[in-house]
Formats: sequence, C-alpha cells, structure tokens
Amino acid sequence: MIYANPNTAGAVVEFKPQYENFIGGEWVPPVKGQYFDNITPITGEAFTRIPKSTPEDIELALDAAHAAKDAWGKTSPAHRAQVLNAIADRIEENLEKIAVAETWENGKAVRETLNADIPLAVDHFRYFASAIRTQEGFSSQINEDTIAYHFQEPLGVVGQIIPWNFPILMATWKLAPALAAGNCVVLKPAEQTPASILYVVELIQDLLPPGVLNIVNGFGAEVGKALATNKRISKIAFTGSTAVGRLIMQYATENIIPVTLELGGKSPNIFFPDIMEADDDFLDKAVEGFVMFALNSGEVCTCPSRALIHESIYDEFMKRVLERVKAIKIGNPLDTETMMGAQNSNEQYQKIISYLKIGKEEGAEVLAGGDVNDLGEEFANGFYIQPTVFKGTNDMRVFQEEIFGPVVAVTTFKDFDEAIKIANDTDYGLGAGVWSRHGDTAYKAGRAIQAGRVWTNTYHQYPAAAAFGGYKMSGIGRENHKMMLDSYQQTKNLLVSYAEKPQGFF
Amino acid sequence: MVKRVEVTPEALQMIRFLKEKHGPIMFHQSGGCCEGSAPMCYKQGDFQVGSVDLLLETIDEDVPFYMHEALYRYNKHTQIIVDLIDGFGSGFSLESLEGKSFLSRSHMFTDEEYAEIKKSL
Repeated sequence: MIYANPNTAGAVVEFKPQYENFIGGEWVPPVKGQYFDNITPITGEAFTRIPKSTPEDIELALDAAHAAKDAWGKTSPAHRAQVLNAIADRIEENLEKIAVAETWENGKAVRETLNADIPLAVDHFRYFASAIRTQEGFSSQINEDTIAYHFQEPLGVVGQIIPWNFPILMATWKLAPALAAGNCVVLKPAEQTPASILYVVELIQDLLPPGVLNIVNGFGAEVGKALATNKRISKIAFTGSTAVGRLIMQYATENIIPVTLELGGKSPNIFFPDIMEADDDFLDKAVEGFVMFALNSGEVCTCPSRALIHESIYDEFMKRVLERVKAIKIGNPLDTETMMGAQNSNEQYQKIISYLKIGKEEGAEVLAGGDVNDLGEEFANGFYIQPTVFKGTNDMRVFQEEIFGPVVAVTTFKDFDEAIKIANDTDYGLGAGVWSRHGDTAYKAGRAIQAGRVWTNTYHQYPAAAAFGGYKMSGIGRENHKMMLDSYQQTKNLLVSYAEKPQGFF
Repeated sequence: MVKRVEVTPEALQMIRFLKEKHGPIMFHQSGGCCEGSAPMCYKQGDFQVGSVDLLLETIDEDVPFYMHEALYRYNKHTQIIVDLIDGFGSGFSLESLEGKSFLSRSHMFTDEEYAEIKKSL
C-alpha cells in the first residue's frame, strides 16, 4: 500500500503548520520568535515550521528541568518503570502514524519505520522499564566492622543531542535510560528531523510530569552550544561527526561533565570462503547481509560500507550479491513495497554525489549504481541515489571515509590475517560483520576486529539488550544494554564503620 | 601555485559574510557520521586545535582550514574545493544558521600538482 502524503486527503498523519519548544510540560514559542522551514526529502518541499531557538530557550528548559529533578529523582523505580511502559504502549498504539511521520521527515522507506525504527523504540522503553526495576546497589564487607555500601543516584539534569538518521529511535536510546535512571532531560533534535520527535512528544506528553522531558529545537551553533557548555547540565550525550564530537568534548571540559559520543564508522563486513560450501538459506542470509548497506538508504553509522570477500568465492558470491542489489526497489518512501527511499537532505545528497565522483576518479570500479536516481514527477526534487557498489582497495577514500549513503566498497582478501588487517585498517571501530559457517573462524574474527559491535552471521540488528558503541574514533561510551543506566547515574559510596573503638591514629 | 584547499565564489562570499557576523572563523574537515565528511566552520577559539590537526591552507588571508592527520593520510592526493549549497548540514557549522551548507568537493591532483604539494608538507 501507499500511504497518502501527510496533510493530504486520506493521510494518517497531520502535521501542524508550526511547532514550538516543549518546556515544563507546555508548548512554548521560542523567546526570539524565530522559526525555520522543515523540508521533506521525499519531495523537497517545506511541510512545517520549527523554532530556531536561542540560548534563552535553553535556560527556560533548564529552569523547568531543575524544578522537576528532585521529585522525579525520588520517584520509585517501579513508578518510573510504569511511566516508561506507558510511553511504550502509547507509541505502539500510534505506531503507524509515527512511522509515516518519521518517513515523511527523514525520507527512509516506511517499511523500515513500521518494522524496525518504531517497534525498536517501543521495545527500548520496555527494556529500560524492566532494567531499572532489577537494578541493585551493592555492598562489600571491608572487614568485620566496616561496610562499603554503593547506591546509584541520578545525575540530575542531562543534555542530549540527537542525530537525524533514526530521529525517534536515537532519541529513545538516549531518553529511555536517562529517564529510567531518574534524570530530567533537555533534548535537542537534529535540525533536519525535529518534527517527528515533536509528533511523538505530543502523543506522550500527558505521561510525564512537567519538566522531566524538555525539547528545545534549533541549531547546534546556537542551542547545541548553549546546552553543552551549560553549568546546569551534569552530562552531555551526542551522536554525530568527529569534528563536532571533539567540540562537544571540549565544551564538556568547561564544567567537567561526562560525555557519551557516538561518532560514526566505516564498518567492515567480512565474508569467509566457507559461506559458499552449500547453496542454502545460510548463503542466502549472507547475500542479504552484504546488501544491508542499503538499509536506511545507507544513512547508518554502522552501515557495512566495506565488504571484504575471500578471493576464492569473489566471482560467484558477487554474482549473487549484484543480482540482489539490482532487485532493490527504490521509489516513494511511503509505499510499503519500496525498499530504499530518499537521502535525508540536499546536503547529504550532494555529499554522496561528491564521493561517487571521488571513487570513480580514484579508479574504483563501479559494479552497480554510481549515480543519482531521478524518480521523476513529484519526486523530481527529492534526494535519491542509486545503490552503489565500488570495487577497489582499502587505501581509497571511498574505503576510508564515511559516505553515509547507499555505497559499499568491496575488496578481496587471501587469508584470515589479511582480512583482519584490512578490517582494522580504519580510524573507526563501531560495527563489523563476520560471515562464516565455522564457529571458530567466526569467533576468532569477531574477537580480533577492533569494533564495539561485531554482528556474526547477521547484520543491522539492534536489540535493546546488546551493548552498542565504538572503539577508536567512533566514540566514547555505550548505548543500549542495562549498563547504560550506569552512564546516567552517580555512584554513591557510604563507607560505614560499626566498630566500637577509635582507629588509633590520634 | 597549487593549493590544497580552494573555495568557490559562493563559498567565499559566505566566508566573508560569516567573518563579518562572527569575527575570526576557521574550518575543520570532519570525519564520520550524519553531518560528517564535511567542512565544519567554527568561530576561532571555539574549537581547540591540537597537534593532530594539520593546517592545509589559509583561505581568504585569515581563515585556517584544518584536517585531522589520520584523515589526511587518505586525502593527500586530492584537493578540497569548498562549495556552498542550499539546506543545512551540521547545525554546529556556522553557515547552517543562514540555511546553507559548506560542502567539500574533491579534485584529484595531477602528477605535477601532487609533486608540488608533497614539497610543501
């Protein structure tokens, strides 16, 4: 089926002509009254207006968050779990609408928002609802009369800066653990994708006490900076580029607060020769694993953008892979049959085009795609790129730089050691894929690759219970998994003596 | 003389506008993720330049353009051409406030150009 464009007859989603900031449980216009147009990459048209906030709005949000933090931090884990579960239920009840809203704003195929982004967000809230209830402090007996008790306490008020590639899921990855741990949040959506988050907040706003969640819209250079440098936050979490990640870290030094940074990757996807030992479902799964570079139009930090294929299977495996790439259905992102939609923005579209040019100039062979995709008619001004497969060597720029588009660079290896050498010859270390029928090969490869997440005989799965984060320049800290609670908490140690006599020093 | 970084007339106009508006500015070519692989334009002093950052060029007399040395390893043989396009990329880059985005386009150096470039770094 094809969903009607939002705000047209038969549409499941109606965007407001203008949104505001969400501060202290109210929709508050930006202090200076400025707005910017929000554009859908599907047609290139503006569809709503978003506050172009200034530092004054960040201060208002922080006032609200600080007013709420003591009460929220003292609620019982059971209560917060209930709230998170209620948020999950509400999102699930409105899943279709939210999926269409996000697709309209981001450009990704609606089958992904319907089946991945939004269901994962729902599950993420439920996971942290459970996790907070099972969290326990710990104590150690230092000696018979001395006990060290450890308690987890909320940090207080935290800042979160969200990327545009999975607007709702990435907001959820940051929000769910922060709220579960008893923090209040000031969140800044990406400039490119604020409306889908605001759409969700409208649906869940009655479930949270005023001030616990605050959304301030605007640009990094104005509100992002005002948030990250603010004395009144206890942590800043950011997903984005290395140059901005460094900036955020530098900002965080001003007030000596912790940062979580997720800064991208150039993930290797390694196909060992034994995958071709049989022509079966496993091989079919491996072929699909290669084509995962086109998921989310390639706009994923863990995009398997480097495929390393054993030389003995290269020809036969690539034959199958290229057939599957050719079968990727590109079209209206709101069509549930569409497999790959639009790139997120003109900037992203132009950047990918520039890398297609670089790849060709550097001498990479184009095995598939290699150009823009003109869908014509109402999509003529949208941002569409052909799924592209380059063949080349690992020292080429298309092998080393994150393109953030549906572009994979393929090379071959002759043995295990060379595969690992190529895999690790990158500045990044976020994701990786390993494909082998042999447990020992898969295990050894997985342990040898310097990356935070090594998918083994699968790719692009994001369950809440699996830790996600980067080695090397891919960032600091983890997201997902109950360990995430810890990064939104302080550890309080009470060191208690039950001894009756003095220590004897004085 | 061959330059490592060139700017298009549109980009230069924006650079001058941003200098007027914000005072001294700089570029840092970013790696990684959503708004990465793009030239970030910051106010000078806002971003702490470190020993890992190579000064590739000074644009328009007083606008330094830096790149992390790790990224430069793969960029040695290409010239960056800073262009300006509609729409915003990274909101932390100053031009985004004007609804525009700097974009790094690339040109492969010819053998003669590369020989000259190698001498200067």
